[in-house]
Amino acid sequence: MVGELSDAIIRVRDITVQFGKTRVLDGLNLDVKRGEILGFVGPSGAGKSVLTRTIIGLVPKLSGRIEVFGVDLDAASASERRGVERRWGILFQQGALFSSLTVRQNIQFPVREYLNVSQRLLDEIMVAKLGMVGLRPDVADRYPSELSGGMIKRVALARALALDPELVFLDEPTSGLDPIGAGDFDELVRTLQRTLGLTVFMVTHDLDSLYTACDRIAVLGNGKIIAAGSIADMQASQHPWLRQYFHGKRARAVMG
Amino acid sequence: MVSGDPTLERIARGDGLALCAAGSWTARFAPVLERMVADAEKLGGTRPNISIDVSQVSKLDTFGAWLIERLRRSLTHGGIEAQIGGLSANYSSLVDEVRRVKAEPIVETDRLTITGMLEQIGRAVAGIGGTLIGLIDMLGAVLAAAAHVLIRPRHFRLTSTIHHLEQVCWRAVPIVVLITFLIGCIISQQGIFHFRKFGADIFVVDMLGVLVLREIGVLLVAIMVAGRSGSAYTAELGSMKMREEIDALRTMGFDPIEVLILPRMLALVLALPILAFLGAMAALYGGGLVAWLYGGVEPEAFLLRLRDAISIDHFIVGLIKAPVMAAVIGIVACVEGLAVQGSAESLGQHTTSSVVKGIFFVIVMDGVFAIFFASIGM
Repeated sequence: MVGELSDAIIRVRDITVQFGKTRVLDGLNLDVKRGEILGFVGPSGAGKSVLTRTIIGLVPKLSGRIEVFGVDLDAASASERRGVERRWGILFQQGALFSSLTVRQNIQFPVREYLNVSQRLLDEIMVAKLGMVGLRPDVADRYPSELSGGMIKRVALARALALDPELVFLDEPTSGLDPIGAGDFDELVRTLQRTLGLTVFMVTHDLDSLYTACDRIAVLGNGKIIAAGSIADMQASQHPWLRQYFHGKRARAVMG
Repeated sequence: MVSGDPTLERIARGDGLALCAAGSWTARFAPVLERMVADAEKLGGTRPNISIDVSQVSKLDTFGAWLIERLRRSLTHGGIEAQIGGLSANYSSLVDEVRRVKAEPIVETDRLTITGMLEQIGRAVAGIGGTLIGLIDMLGAVLAAAAHVLIRPRHFRLTSTIHHLEQVCWRAVPIVVLITFLIGCIISQQGIFHFRKFGADIFVVDMLGVLVLREIGVLLVAIMVAGRSGSAYTAELGSMKMREEIDALRTMGFDPIEVLILPRMLALVLALPILAFLGAMAALYGGGLVAWLYGGVEPEAFLLRLRDAISIDHFIVGLIKAPVMAAVIGIVACVEGLAVQGSAESLGQHTTSSVVKGIFFVIVMDGVFAIFFASIGM
């Protein structure tokens, strides 16, 4: 068990991604450990979302190797890949809820597809998930277009958690939320990580999230990871972008 | 990681009963777990006290935790609460979390009843009136925007109009010409085949001329344009509506009718006569070709006969109809586009109904025109 705990749940080696002539990721290496919340930061346009999308297989890579749960995603057969996909959940930046399904159907969709369980259990699990993300069951029959931005994020998280994944990717989970809502969301991610033993890969710009929710921080710059470590390591770093990011006006305000 | 299938053993303890859960109680095994729990739920009330022991559970997630909680609730009977024992510290917060779930089932109220069906029919009929009012409303708004632009020509969006003209006219030429050419061939072949029985081969030219120039040419092109450009207009405007782009325009002080709809309408009204003309020429060409190769009607004879059989009226009738049909298609497409609600499904429904209604109104208009031209003797 101990050996596995220190094991990397995501192992990215020498990833290169190129769009036309622009090289977005250039020989990037990254490990995400089981059970940690990794905050992933970097300047806008540095390729944070591209890396996330490359890991989950939405963006083709030029070279390199990606292992998730110890499975090499390029070498995996279709059924192995499906097995991996069942064990991760993804929260897209805009929520990506299915607009023609209600909240209930959105959350139940992956469960219904993968597990043969009764409608009663589906409904109960849906209510439990809504409760976990801090929503009341009466939103269940609303359509995504009838929800506020914060509620969309929460429902999308509930859907990402529907199958009790071991690994969750969050793409800017707190962007577009009010500070209190964002704080609640960080708290929620922490609680879920504790209760469900989740590993969380979180792309974020929110300094508060980095301080309150993340165990470790990785910084992307020039297509590589320029630093990875605890928040204290980041503050001690001499890298110009990091100095600006963690010692700027906003950072000082967050640290009080 | 997976430490075996889940089990739920019943162990008698004095006058009570302990249910010992073991193995991994996770989503993977949810169907098995649900059956086991449903069996165990029947024990509720059979013994004075029943407890649930979860100390042997190796892995627990929301599914497992909820099913244990569900079991606890149904075993709680007559004021005696069933206890969950042996909960490890790791999982207690998860169990606390699901304990807050309220169990009352939420029922979906969408039932198909006779009254419901009658209501739907009634609403659909009442909706027809609404559709007509919507179309007239849009026609008025477009005319008002056109008048506004006539007074202030600076507000006219030439670039946008040209762009749409390229989309709906220039790019439509190949397919329109191809299809009308083939239709011309078919009409001619069928005409010759049947007229030959009476030795009246040459009259195929009369039929082809009248049909193509007066009716089929413009109708066919209008139907193609409704399917090709009407649907595109609805989808464009609908997705702009979904992403609040139209609201954004309005709040910046622009009239969406003037900015988005007028250039599209104008492009369509200009395009359809051009396409109808090209289509008619292609159909005559195709018909003439088949008459020559299949019916042995020499091109000179064909042209001579065509000049005698067809008056300029037939051609004018066709061209008068074209812009009106274009306007109908455009208005229907724009009304449907602006009626799109927030979901992808709604976009699909309105695009479908844009094409269906567009074609329907084009045919209705054609009938109205037929009566009109007959009564003025054209």
